[in-house]
Amino acid sequence: MLDAHLLRRDFPIFQRKIHGKKNLVYLDSAASSQKPQIVLDAMDKLYAHSYANIHRGIHELAEEATALYENSRQKIAAFIHVGDPAQLIFTRNTTESINLVAMAWGRKFLKEGDRILLTEMEHHSNLVPWYILAAEKGIQIDFTPVGEQGFLDQDRFQELLKRSPRLVAFTHMSNVLGVINPVQEMTQRAHQAGAVVLVDGAQSVPHFPVSVEMLNADFYAFSAHKMCGPTGIGILYGKRSLLEAMDPFMGGGDMIKKVTFEGFIPNEIPYKFEAGTPAIAEAIGFGAAVDYLNNVGMQAIHDHERQITRYAWNCLNKVRGLRILGPSAEERGGVISFELEGIHPHDVSQILDSQGIAVRAGHHCAMPLHQKLNVPASTRASFYLYNTFEDVDALVEGIQTVQKVFGSIGK
Amino acid sequence: MDDLYREVILEHYKNPVHKGELDAHNHDFEDENPLCGDFIHMDLQVDENGIIRNAVFSGHGCAISQASADLLLESIIGKPVDEVQHMSTQDVLDLLGIDDLGPVRLKCALLPLKVVKSALYGIEKDE
Repeated sequence: MLDAHLLRRDFPIFQRKIHGKKNLVYLDSAASSQKPQIVLDAMDKLYAHSYANIHRGIHELAEEATALYENSRQKIAAFIHVGDPAQLIFTRNTTESINLVAMAWGRKFLKEGDRILLTEMEHHSNLVPWYILAAEKGIQIDFTPVGEQGFLDQDRFQELLKRSPRLVAFTHMSNVLGVINPVQEMTQRAHQAGAVVLVDGAQSVPHFPVSVEMLNADFYAFSAHKMCGPTGIGILYGKRSLLEAMDPFMGGGDMIKKVTFEGFIPNEIPYKFEAGTPAIAEAIGFGAAVDYLNNVGMQAIHDHERQITRYAWNCLNKVRGLRILGPSAEERGGVISFELEGIHPHDVSQILDSQGIAVRAGHHCAMPLHQKLNVPASTRASFYLYNTFEDVDALVEGIQTVQKVFGSIGK
Repeated sequence: MDDLYREVILEHYKNPVHKGELDAHNHDFEDENPLCGDFIHMDLQVDENGIIRNAVFSGHGCAISQASADLLLESIIGKPVDEVQHMSTQDVLDLLGIDDLGPVRLKCALLPLKVVKSALYGIEKDE
């Protein structure tokens, strides 16, 4: 079993005080996680000891930096159970990964009248790139509805697959409802309907063991910054055959095999999609984050989050005037979004902040989902390996303080 | 930030004086902060001398946005349009009794002023 109190010591941020005096209760890891010292050290060490540009220089530093960068790719591939690391492209984040597919695959292979199937629970990053593509190419978009309890309506999904979408894209885990979608089954059904499948793994890879090859997704996207790694670095996994058939995303150095006055020949994958000097230190920091998570153990992290989530769900569910969005504690990941009767989430968040408690307030980059749920905005608490039962107690007390400040509203 | 939720803001949020609809209005406007879901609609009645005779708002959102709307309307009723069009961020903060507000919450506080100014836009040239 994981000892969150012990793990917190690995994260320097927990030493600071909020507003000069409050202990930090960080419940916003679904937006971005905190970083352990070893990730910071790995990046510092590169800059202090081995830094040079990669893939080009023939000197010791360039060779060391290149080896570290590529070693990171291998670690991340192993982490998500992918055999061939060349199928992992370094991007800036999940958003860029999805945009890469929309631009480099969608632009080449989709045509007017084609359909794309998304879901109503997507983050804006898995909506807007497709809206842009749809407007450009004249593509129709369908949405699998969110049904009772916040689960995707699988019957409707099956129905919508009959419209023969060329691409089916959906999130592994909802960043608002905490719902974990049955990716393997949905992927299988989408493949039977002839579609290519993209999965947004931003909320899944950081929190539980994921085997991308077992899920059999064609594309799988995630970010380092939500899994103890730095900002500015993410991954797009793609099946080799698809990546090789795609045209480059951006042009520049490193993505070419040969350039003449007549044109260019693109490089092999994954370099074909990594134009220009990448975020070298961040990629190496990402590798260190994966080492850290492996040391703790992804199953242990998942089990810990389930405990915390179950405890939080039960405590929050008892608060008068509080309504939790989405399913029961047993059927969700470590995310709880809620409404507090008569009090706007911004007010909730602001008063919690004055007590050192960091939560997210708003629509969490899922405006259409909030529209569907008929909730203008919500407050979200999200949990990670460093959260404790005491954090949950502080949240519940904090919410009671919010209700006190607002007096009898909602009662 | 503890003192952000002072009595005056909570009171105007819970029991707004100028909330409702105004049939006899000759200017109206509405706007929202999509990021937080604050929404404000305003009906204003301006007389031939360019004086705001009556004004009401409707909408929903956080305590800051809604209290700001109520306090703003309280302060502009009876004032000439010209004066209201020159109101500043600081004027709104003074009404709320707040010294400082983070950038996200500032948008909440300023939405009502934005709506009023939009409703009154171009009015001097008309009359």
